[in-house]
Amino acid sequence: MRPANLALIVFASAIGAFALSFADAARLRAQSESASAETARLVERLGLTDPALFTEARYTRHPTQADLQSAFQDHPVAFEHFPTGSLVPPPAGILNAYENLDRKTAAPD
Amino acid sequence: MIELTGIRKAFNQGRHNEYWALSGIDLAIPDQRVTALRGPSGSGKTTLLTILGCLARPTEGRVRLKDEDISGLPERFLTEIRRRTFGFIFQQFNLIRGLSALENIILPAYPTGQPRQALLEKAEALLAGVDLGQRRDAQVEWLSGGEQQRVAICRALINDPEILIADEPTANLDTKLSKEFLGILEKLADQGRTIVLTSHDPLVVDSAVVDFVVTLRDGRIVDAK
Amino acid sequence: MPMKTWIEKQRHLIDFTLASLARRKAKNLGLLFIYTLLVFVLASVALYAHALRTEAQKVLASSPEIVLQRLVAGRHDLIPPGYLEQIGQNVRLRGVQKMEGRLWGYYYDSVVKANYTFMAPRDMQIPRGEIIVGPALERSRGLAAGNGISFRSYSGELHTFIVAEVLPQTSELVSADLVLMHEEDFRAFFKYPEGHWTDIAMSVANPQEVRNVAIKLLSTLPDSRPILRDEVLRTYASIFDWREGLMLALLSAAILAFGIFAWEKAAGLSAEERREIGILKAIGWETGDVIKMKFWEGLLVSLLAFLLGYVAAYLHVFHLDAMIFEPVLKGWAVLYPRFTLPPHIDGLQIATLFFFTVFPYTAAVLVPIWRAATTDPDTVMRS
Ligand SMILES: Nc1ncnc2c1ncn2[C@@H]1O[C@H](COP(=O)(O)OP(=O)(O)O)[C@@H](O)[C@H]1O
Ligand SMILES: [Mg+2]
Repeated sequence: MRPANLALIVFASAIGAFALSFADAARLRAQSESASAETARLVERLGLTDPALFTEARYTRHPTQADLQSAFQDHPVAFEHFPTGSLVPPPAGILNAYENLDRKTAAPD
Repeated sequence: MIELTGIRKAFNQGRHNEYWALSGIDLAIPDQRVTALRGPSGSGKTTLLTILGCLARPTEGRVRLKDEDISGLPERFLTEIRRRTFGFIFQQFNLIRGLSALENIILPAYPTGQPRQALLEKAEALLAGVDLGQRRDAQVEWLSGGEQQRVAICRALINDPEILIADEPTANLDTKLSKEFLGILEKLADQGRTIVLTSHDPLVVDSAVVDFVVTLRDGRIVDAK
Repeated sequence: MPMKTWIEKQRHLIDFTLASLARRKAKNLGLLFIYTLLVFVLASVALYAHALRTEAQKVLASSPEIVLQRLVAGRHDLIPPGYLEQIGQNVRLRGVQKMEGRLWGYYYDSVVKANYTFMAPRDMQIPRGEIIVGPALERSRGLAAGNGISFRSYSGELHTFIVAEVLPQTSELVSADLVLMHEEDFRAFFKYPEGHWTDIAMSVANPQEVRNVAIKLLSTLPDSRPILRDEVLRTYASIFDWREGLMLALLSAAILAFGIFAWEKAAGLSAEERREIGILKAIGWETGDVIKMKFWEGLLVSLLAFLLGYVAAYLHVFHLDAMIFEPVLKGWAVLYPRFTLPPHIDGLQIATLFFFTVFPYTAAVLVPIWRAATTDPDTVMRS
């Protein structure tokens, strides 16, 4: 077979598969819609705050609800596994927005 | 008809190793004739061919092709003229390894965008014309020297050029194959093509097929008949 | 040039470039394979991280707007009796629709060496002595509705519960390790002092008001610590960003190595290729034709690698549950939640991946050709 035709067939199939993946994604999303909604309802009903991903230790099960002095959050926007986990500091815009929620700066001691 | 006037060609101009390969050539190549350039090695035959065939530009002088001055044309136009008007048969054949004989032959026609099927049929006819029809699908590196040259000749003919240019066509062939080449040359001349070739092989230069012989020495024409 | 001729010409150029590639079949297939593998890995990481991030954000979007903790000596402490009422009296909180104390805590089960989250939900009627468990417990402890299970409490007593129900597997992402029970059972099990709460959940109707409410809470109750839903969502965004970043950092060495390999392969023009370009130009190809031919080579190889790598990554992440990278991206846990992610795909991310796989390689192929193709064609007469 002529190489260009072979290439055409290969690429048509590859692009077809690529396009199909998006159609498939839409289908799976639609399929999971009810499950997601059910999960969201459970979250609302139980007031859950964290996914059950990191259950290996108490302080990782609910990273967002941890102690202020735990490994996660002394800095007002340092929500991280480790304080040094991120390569760059959080942007100043976010910092300003959160600063008045940081108890150390909110209450003049 | 190609007309050269006052052609000079320098290599490495302006540098310490500047070398004038051609120093003042006036020459007219007649249509539908076979012209042979003869001369000792290094006399400038190949350089003159590259200028005739628009592969290179002269440092000085003019080239007229069919009464049109082409010396000043930009590269793009020159390429198109070269593709439409000239067919080249190189001394080393310069076939592309890994491709079959047929594929090699149709290469010069790729830029024209003709349908592949038509090109293949034409190439097959050309191969049959040089008795090589049965080797059409063989990769060129497996062909013998003589066969390779015949493939190269077919490649030179695929765009139906008016002018054929051959540099030392028999330098890599033995006497028997050289004679076969002359046979093909005769057929091409009979088709009414203009042929320019270089050679210092008396078998070619003195053969009856050649109409004109131009002798070069040190970049000048010393004899033309 | 008419369209038909143009197309035929491109097909000729593709014919030629594929024939050249076929000449070094093993080497070029190897290149394509490694290239595809790289796209596969990068796309897997990107697809998985984005889907997980999106799904987490989506389901957590319905968590409480504000969770109020109390701090004692800078440490999380219980909400004492009267605290809730105090908020209601002292703080005029506009927009707070609902405010209730929550009861939850951790229990370490030494049998499977995992932590469970015990919880006494307010608006769920669970009879005393019964529990509702998450799907991970169903698996790890072999529990089913009607079974009994005993937990040894922190005070040393053994408490036995009957499993009333197992939470649906579809919600496992958030509920894997939950053990839900009656408030009295919870207090009895943990010896949780009467009238105390773990924290307070508040729902605020107007999103614009959340921040103001939180600031007001802070100024009137200096020992409180409001955690906003915004922060929760952002925390998860950054956790998954961080994991994705970690993975990409590990991969960057591989990317660099491939970059060098591809550059070497694409940019280094062999003497043979240089000679061929000379021949093509001599027999009537324009410089542009040679460049187009090479452009096709770069485009075909890199585009194919992108398409194959991406489709393989899609299948891997969304049909094979990302089995290769799951531990790195999801995290390690004894109670591993099992869930299938719905494929949320970020078009921009894919476009970026496309650009960075296809463009540099094609450019790397073209650069040396540019130089070679602009040399004079007469050199072939002298080879
Ligand atoms: N690219 C080049 N640079 C420098 N000198 C060259 C180059 N090409 C040819 N020459 C010189 O030009 C002269 C003529 O060469 P050429 O035309 O090939 O001779 P012929 O074909 O008659 O043997 C030779 O002396 C050769 O060394
Ligand atoms: Mg010569």
